[in-house]
Amino acid sequence: MAEGENEVRWDGLCSRDSTTRETALENIRQIILRKTEYLRSVKETPCRPSDGLSNAVSLDGLNKLLAHLLMLSKRCPFKDVREKSEFILKSVQELGIRIPRTLGHGPSRFIPEKEILQVGSEDTQMHALFADSFAALGRLDNITLVMVFHPQYLESFLKTQHYLLQMDGPLPLHFRHYIGIMAAARHQCSYLVNLHVNDFLHVGGDPKWLNGLENAPQKLQNLGELNKVLAHRPWLITKEHIEGLLKAEEHSWSLAELVHAVVLLTHYHSLASFTFGCGISPEIHCDGGHTFRPPSVSNYCICDITNGNHSVDEMQVNSAGNVSVSDSFFEVEALMEKMRQLQECRDEEEASQEEMASRFEIEKRESMFVFSSDDEEVTPARDVSRHFEDTSYGYKDFSRHGMHVPTFRVQDYCWEDHGYSLVNRLYPDVGQLIDEKFHIAYNLTYNTMAMHKDVDTSMLRRAIWNYIHCMFGIRYDDYDYGEINQLLDRSFKVYIKTVVCTPEKVTKRMYDSFWRQFKHSEKVHVNLLLIEARMQAELLYALRAITRYMT
Amino acid sequence: MEKMSRVTTALGGSALTGRTMHCHLDAPANAISVCRDAAQVVVAGRSIFKIYAIEEEQFVEKLNLRVGRKPSLNLSCADVVWHQMDENLLATAATNGVVVTWNLGRPSRNKQDQLFTEHKRTVNKVCFHPTEAHVLLSGSQDGFMKCFDLRRKDSVSTFSGQSESVRDVQFSIRDYFTFASTFENGNVQLWDIRRPDRCERMFTAHNGPVFCCDWHPEDRGWLATGGRDKMVKVWDMTTHRAKEVHCVQTIASVARVKWRPECRHHLATCSMMVDHNIYVWDVRRPFVPAAMFEEHRDVTTGIAWRHPHDSSFLLSGSKDSTLCQHLFRDASQPVERANPEGLCYGLFGDLAFAAKESLVATESGRKPYAGDRRHPIFFKRKLDPAEPFAGLASSALSIFEMEPGSGSMSWFVDTAERYALAGRPLAELCDHNAKVARELGRNQVAQTWTMLRIIYCSPGLVPTTNLNHSMGKGSSCGLPLMNSFNLKDMAPGLGSETRLDRSKGDTRSDTVLLDSSATLITNEDNEETEGSDVPADYLLGDVEGEEDELYLLDPEHAHSEEPEYVLPQEAFPLRHEIVDTPPGPEHLQDKADSPHVSGSEADAASLAPVDSSFSLISVSHALYDSRLPPDFFSALVCDMLRFYAEQGDVQMAVSVLIVLGERVRKDIDEQTQEHWYTSYIDLLQRFCLWNVSNQVVKLSTSRAVSCLNQASTTLHVNCSHCKRPMSSRGWVCDRCHRCASMCAVCHHVVKGLFVWCQGCSHGGHLQHIMKWLEGSSHCPAGCGHLCEYS
Repeated sequence: MAEGENEVRWDGLCSRDSTTRETALENIRQIILRKTEYLRSVKETPCRPSDGLSNAVSLDGLNKLLAHLLMLSKRCPFKDVREKSEFILKSVQELGIRIPRTLGHGPSRFIPEKEILQVGSEDTQMHALFADSFAALGRLDNITLVMVFHPQYLESFLKTQHYLLQMDGPLPLHFRHYIGIMAAARHQCSYLVNLHVNDFLHVGGDPKWLNGLENAPQKLQNLGELNKVLAHRPWLITKEHIEGLLKAEEHSWSLAELVHAVVLLTHYHSLASFTFGCGISPEIHCDGGHTFRPPSVSNYCICDITNGNHSVDEMQVNSAGNVSVSDSFFEVEALMEKMRQLQECRDEEEASQEEMASRFEIEKRESMFVFSSDDEEVTPARDVSRHFEDTSYGYKDFSRHGMHVPTFRVQDYCWEDHGYSLVNRLYPDVGQLIDEKFHIAYNLTYNTMAMHKDVDTSMLRRAIWNYIHCMFGIRYDDYDYGEINQLLDRSFKVYIKTVVCTPEKVTKRMYDSFWRQFKHSEKVHVNLLLIEARMQAELLYALRAITRYMT
Repeated sequence: MEKMSRVTTALGGSALTGRTMHCHLDAPANAISVCRDAAQVVVAGRSIFKIYAIEEEQFVEKLNLRVGRKPSLNLSCADVVWHQMDENLLATAATNGVVVTWNLGRPSRNKQDQLFTEHKRTVNKVCFHPTEAHVLLSGSQDGFMKCFDLRRKDSVSTFSGQSESVRDVQFSIRDYFTFASTFENGNVQLWDIRRPDRCERMFTAHNGPVFCCDWHPEDRGWLATGGRDKMVKVWDMTTHRAKEVHCVQTIASVARVKWRPECRHHLATCSMMVDHNIYVWDVRRPFVPAAMFEEHRDVTTGIAWRHPHDSSFLLSGSKDSTLCQHLFRDASQPVERANPEGLCYGLFGDLAFAAKESLVATESGRKPYAGDRRHPIFFKRKLDPAEPFAGLASSALSIFEMEPGSGSMSWFVDTAERYALAGRPLAELCDHNAKVARELGRNQVAQTWTMLRIIYCSPGLVPTTNLNHSMGKGSSCGLPLMNSFNLKDMAPGLGSETRLDRSKGDTRSDTVLLDSSATLITNEDNEETEGSDVPADYLLGDVEGEEDELYLLDPEHAHSEEPEYVLPQEAFPLRHEIVDTPPGPEHLQDKADSPHVSGSEADAASLAPVDSSFSLISVSHALYDSRLPPDFFSALVCDMLRFYAEQGDVQMAVSVLIVLGERVRKDIDEQTQEHWYTSYIDLLQRFCLWNVSNQVVKLSTSRAVSCLNQASTTLHVNCSHCKRPMSSRGWVCDRCHRCASMCAVCHHVVKGLFVWCQGCSHGGHLQHIMKWLEGSSHCPAGCGHLCEYS
């Protein structure tokens, strides 16, 4: 078989022109049928030992194609492609080849599939977004499908991500994906790592690098330290870190490259938070997203077991949820009542200056001890851990040892005035894009809370945002940190803390146990606030260090 | 008024002895403000709040207003302002949203007077009314502006900016009731203090936050604004719509802007990030700052002119914890360091040259510029009429026009288009290119191609014994054929060149010379008319004389002086030259590079003969020992490529590089190759040879070059109906829901190549239109226009 003619080209499917898509699909169909025929004929003829290996290889290749087709049949925004892919799969099945089926429960393990928008039932605005995303990446990933609860944000998010990964910038394309892999691996996020390993190879990256950071160029290895500190203890970044990267002889980074890398790192750290925070399932065409085994009787699948979500567990949570419906109803009411009180009483009882200062310190200190009780050691999956070194370095050990986080005052270095100018100077246009994204995330509201309408949620959103910044030691002089205690209850704080600092430990129980009466879209909204606040916090520390280096 | 003038004169006195000075503060400053008597300055920051007296030689700390043991956020100042009517009254804006007033007349240590806690977020700016003693205005992050009467406990009125953060508020100096406010979303609003319900006027001034604004002290309607978009804009507010009258582009976001007193068009700025300097701009000259103060080591956060009627003292506070007094006299003036000459090519090869008039005047008296003696062009001189700056040297603008047809680069275009770079065997490529070059009259280049062919293709094919023989006779076989043509072509070429242009009448040699020289200074050169004495005279000037002597000293070269006998003698003597000549070209090239050789043609001419004799050697060598591997020559070939590139003929260098590919690539370092490639591509694109340039990009092996055609491949289109960009699809407009480009023939949407008539603007699919116009000459849309397809 000539490899050339059997090379499957998926990019034709991303075209917005239906005839182009049709020819591309027809082409794929023929290749697949040819491969299938070949395999069948091999199977029927008596097996020669030398053929065994090549057969396995070609079967493997075919299976990859079929998995990709399965993904298209479910996730392509174009109806014709979905139908045709399914048709191809059927015809392959008729030829006696085993076809894959999807695993798991839709894009997110936390959110029931029926709550999530089905591909094909989106409105025109969303369809345009989907088509854009599909055209850019050749897929519609699960993150996009979950984020589409908030299309306004999604648009800005995709635009930024597209610019960071594919448009003009100082770093070569494969570097960008590799940095994404490095950042995601820091949080053992196998979902993002898998996605970007594919992309990395697709843009011509050297597969050897994937064996571990020590196989990557020295330049990227140097970035490892920054990645580590940025992910877990950004307040420790000093201008010495920056200097070390910029003055490393032939392996040194330029300022523009460094800013690009920092933006990528922070983007993927926070995206890893989102992935775990919303329980994003593996992509259909990636490992763990599909299986070739026929459905078994028992109802659970491998990915659920590995993530500690046994179906039994789920039932427990559900029953617990049923018991406390009245409780949780009360929860929402109480929260709204508190917001109202805060609004009214603000002017009456004025806390003293010392009181205000100590409130921040208390909140900061307490935030370190907010942790879920089931804190068992999670050993990272082997294939992910090889992308970073020093696995023991995390957020946890510092909080256990009660290390002091210095205070960063936002009035002295803030994103709008300082961070933006620096980023836009060194990596044009990106400052604008990120600024827009922060703005949308911070100001996004539908004026609803659970079943209530016309609620001003700005106070609640500000509390969440400032709480996250508080965990990173960032203080707003003009904020009363007492509000945080009033508005965010313990289970919510545990969730926030876990998502932001140790996302790999998020469980479905945590997700379910906060804000029980709130809608899933609202929980996704919370996650958007979390990841943007986290990204801004990391960026502020990194950019401040760069500014200090420059002066 | 009398008092004021006395102060000014007093200041004038101190200016003589006063100096640029600075003092160290304990903490970074956020803002400064000057007392009206110009003798004291207040500095405020997160952990500093002090008053300094400005003395002649130094700053003296007068008062620390930060009293009390416990630091309070009320004292963490974002802004400070000193009342311009009452020297005891100050106001600060705190980062926690509190506005505090201070009365220096209080007998106790704590001078704090009143506390306004009405803002919910950080207060960014406070501002006293310029004439009213008790009116204070504040602007806050929470989107509100509040006006306080200091005789009352709380605000008199609140102005809402619709939850958009207020960055600056400034009372108009002339209009009693008016104030301006700037916002984080780029808007500027004008308010009447009596009407808190809605603003008088609003307009978008900047893209992104407007950090600051300042009313012109004299001109009633002028407001300067500075923003994150690195612009300072001056608005005329007297007209119905705010009109932008000046715009200054700075290099960093603008944090503060202050008009310079007594200078109508000057303003001072400092930036928020990265840039630490303070600039004073003349708004009419927006590209170069009039003055620059470079004392600070970290960003400047506050600037203030010391006295409203004195233009020479500027005070500044900075994050580097220093307070500075700058003297305008000591400022560095970038204008003086700027290069006052400008040079630019026009579309048709015209050359414009601007320089200080004084410079031009003296020079033209003595010796004209490199260009004008050699070129029969007319030389226009006119003074730039728009030169508003008296005192600065006025500049002269000269334009050198090309004579029509002269200096044409048609050979470049032809060569680029006709060269074959890939897709055929090496020998064929070389032959083809040699032919192209010869047809264009570039014999030297043709020669080089032939040499290359011999070096890289012939050896091994032809038996050695045959060679000597065939050379003399010019008989059978493949190689002799080539040889004979070599002989013919080389004879005049080599002969005339080595004789350094003695053969004036020989048109051929002239063209060779001109070709090479033309490439050196691109299209500025124009070819001399054949047989004219101009080039020869010039070439035989002092430079050439030296060359001649050189040649005469060299016994080998002496041989080649006699053109008729070149061929017979070629065999033996030239063989020795292999050892001897390499220093030759280097020596000569050094000479060519030396700056005193002004005529570029002379360089080229002096180089040309060396090169051809040099390539001749390779031929003779190949003839003698065909077993030598082509590697043997690679050093020579590389030298040859460098020679061409240095001459300016990157076309040749790049073409050979591509054609030879792996054979020479390794011997030339990546950077040089990349440099050649980019220059050639740049040239090609200037001549609109897009296809050729893309082919070159594709064939290049340098990574940096081959990724050139991977970048910016997106083409954005606008809807033809509503003129909005069509973002999602290229052919349907999201806004007006219409298909933008319909084919006039098939009435379907065109999604690929769209061709249209420039007369009637109807069009459609390329194929359809082509077909239609074959049969009909009228527009397919039926508009009656006679379309033409070319």
